[in-house]
Amino acid sequence: MKGLVAIAFMAFLLTGAPVMEARAERLIASVSNHRVTITPDYSGEELVLFGSIERDADTPPNRSYDLVVTVSGPRATMVTRRKEKRLGIWINADSREFINVPSYLAVFSNRPINTIASAELQRRQQLGLNNIILTQRVASGDFADVVPGDPFRAAFIRLRLQHGLYREASNAVTFLTPTLFRTGIPLPPEVPTGTYDIDIKLFADGALITRTQTAFEIVKVGFEQFVADAARRNGLLYGLATALMAMATGWLASVIFRKD
Amino acid sequence: MQIFLPIADIPVNIFLILAMGMAVGFVSGMFGIGGGFLLTPLLIFIGISPAVAVASVAGHIAASSFSGALSYWRRRAIDPALALVLLIGGMLGTIAGVSLFTLLRSYGQLDLTIALSYVVLLSGVGGAMLWESIGAFVRARRGEQPTLRRPGAHNWVHGLPLKLRFKKSKIYLSIFPVIAIGIFIGFVGAVLGIGGGFILVPLLIYVLRVPTSTVIGTSMVLTLVTMTFATLLHAVTNHLVDAVLALILMVGGVIGAQFGARAGQRISSEQLRLLLGLLILAVGVRFAVELTIRPTELFTIRALEPGA
Repeated sequence: MKGLVAIAFMAFLLTGAPVMEARAERLIASVSNHRVTITPDYSGEELVLFGSIERDADTPPNRSYDLVVTVSGPRATMVTRRKEKRLGIWINADSREFINVPSYLAVFSNRPINTIASAELQRRQQLGLNNIILTQRVASGDFADVVPGDPFRAAFIRLRLQHGLYREASNAVTFLTPTLFRTGIPLPPEVPTGTYDIDIKLFADGALITRTQTAFEIVKVGFEQFVADAARRNGLLYGLATALMAMATGWLASVIFRKD
Repeated sequence: MQIFLPIADIPVNIFLILAMGMAVGFVSGMFGIGGGFLLTPLLIFIGISPAVAVASVAGHIAASSFSGALSYWRRRAIDPALALVLLIGGMLGTIAGVSLFTLLRSYGQLDLTIALSYVVLLSGVGGAMLWESIGAFVRARRGEQPTLRRPGAHNWVHGLPLKLRFKKSKIYLSIFPVIAIGIFIGFVGAVLGIGGGFILVPLLIYVLRVPTSTVIGTSMVLTLVTMTFATLLHAVTNHLVDAVLALILMVGGVIGAQFGARAGQRISSEQLRLLLGLLILAVGVRFAVELTIRPTELFTIRALEPGA
C-alpha cells in the first residue's frame, strides 16, 4: 500500500507537478446565458463570454497574454458535393463525407493566430479554421484529414462561413484590463440545437499556459419543442392533424368566400 | 415579422410566406392546378431544405384543392364517378412512385432525376399547350370557325372495352385509359412532389375529351386525395412536414385561390390555356437553364440524417 502511494506520488511529481509549476495562472470564464431558448420569435442572438486570468505569486510580472476561444456546436456528418458538366448538363459528380464535424464553429482571438503561436503549436492545438481537424471519408471509403488546400475542405468551410455557421475573427477577444477579457459569440438564425462547447486557451510568449472549458446549450422550448417532438414521435397523428388542418382551412375559406 | 419554423429550423418572414402562398394560390385557383411546381422551388429559394419544402407543400396543396373542390361541388362541376376511377389509378401510382423515390434516393441521383423530369414534363406540357392555343388564336384571327369537338367525336381511346357511362361529364368510355392516367399522375406526383394538376387537366381534355365544365373540379378531387395521402406519408416516414410553414402557406393559398378562381372565370378558356402554357413553359425553361449553365457555386453541403 505504501509502495503504491509512493509510486503515485512519484508519478504526480513527474507528470503533474511540472505542469502545475508552469501553470501559475488560472482561467475563469462564464457565458452570459447557459441556456439559449428558441421561441417562435428567435432570429439569431449574441452571447457574451467573459472571464479573467487569475495570477499568483509565481507569475512573472508584466506578462502579456493571448487568448484563443473555440466554440463548437453539436457534431453532425455532412456531405459536400461538387457539380461537374457531363453530357452538357451540370450534375453532382464527386462528393466527400465530413464525419462528425461541428455544425457550428467559431474561433475568436485577440490578435491574428499566426502571431500568437508557432505553426507547429497551431496545428497541434487545432487553432483556427485552417487547423481544425475535419475528418473526411472519400468515395473509396478511406478516412483522412486532408491538407487545408483540399478543394472540398475549402468549399465546406467557405459555405459554412457564408451561412454564419463557421466564423473566425482575430480581433473578437478584447482585454478590458490586462487580466479581464470578453468576447461576443454570435449565433445565426439557422442555428442547430444542442450542446455547444467553449474551449479557452491562454498563451503567453508563444506557449500554451493553461486552458479551461465551459458550455452552453441551445434548446427549443414551448410550442417549437411541442411541434418538433410531435413530428418525430407521433408521425401518424401529426400527419393526420396537419391533414385535418388543411381540410379545415380549405373549408373555412370556401365558407367565408361563398357567394350564393 | 419573423417566425421560427419548428421543423425547417430557420426563421422566416411570416408575410413573405403568406404572400408566396397567396400568389401561388391565385394561380392555382385560376387554372385549377395545385401549384406545387411553383411553390416548391420558391421555398427552396428562400432557404428551406428541399425535403421539408416538398413535404410541407403537399399540405398546402391539400388545403387549396379542398377549398376549390368544395366550390366546384356546389356548382355541380365535379364528376364523382370519373374522380373515383381516377383515384383508384392514382393510389396505385402513388405507391409505385414512393418505391421509385426511395430507390433513386439510395443511388444519390434523386435531385438530377427530379430536375430532368421537370424539364421534360414542364417544357413538353407547356409547349404543347402554347402551340395549341396559338393555333386557336390564329384560326380565330383568320375568322375560321374553331373546329368544335362534337361530343360524338372519337379517337382510338374510345374504342377500348369495359366502358362506363360518366353521366356528369356526358362521356361514355373505357375505364382503362382513366385508370392509366390516374396511375401516371399518382406516380409522377409521388416522385416529383407535385399534385400533377397541370398534366392531368390537359390529359383529361385532350385524351378523354372530358368537357371543360367538369374537368377542373374533377382534377381537384384527385389532387386533394393524393396530396392528403402524400402529407400523411411524408409525416409518417420522414417527419419532415412543417405544420407551421404549411399553415401559413395554406391560409395564403386559400385566400389567393378564391380570387384566382374569380379571375379565371372572367377570361376565355383559350386565353387561360395560353397563359398557363406560358407559365408552365417558363418554369420548365428555368430548370433547363439551371442544368446547362455553369453554376456560380459548384459545391453544396447537405447534412446526413442520423437515421438515413
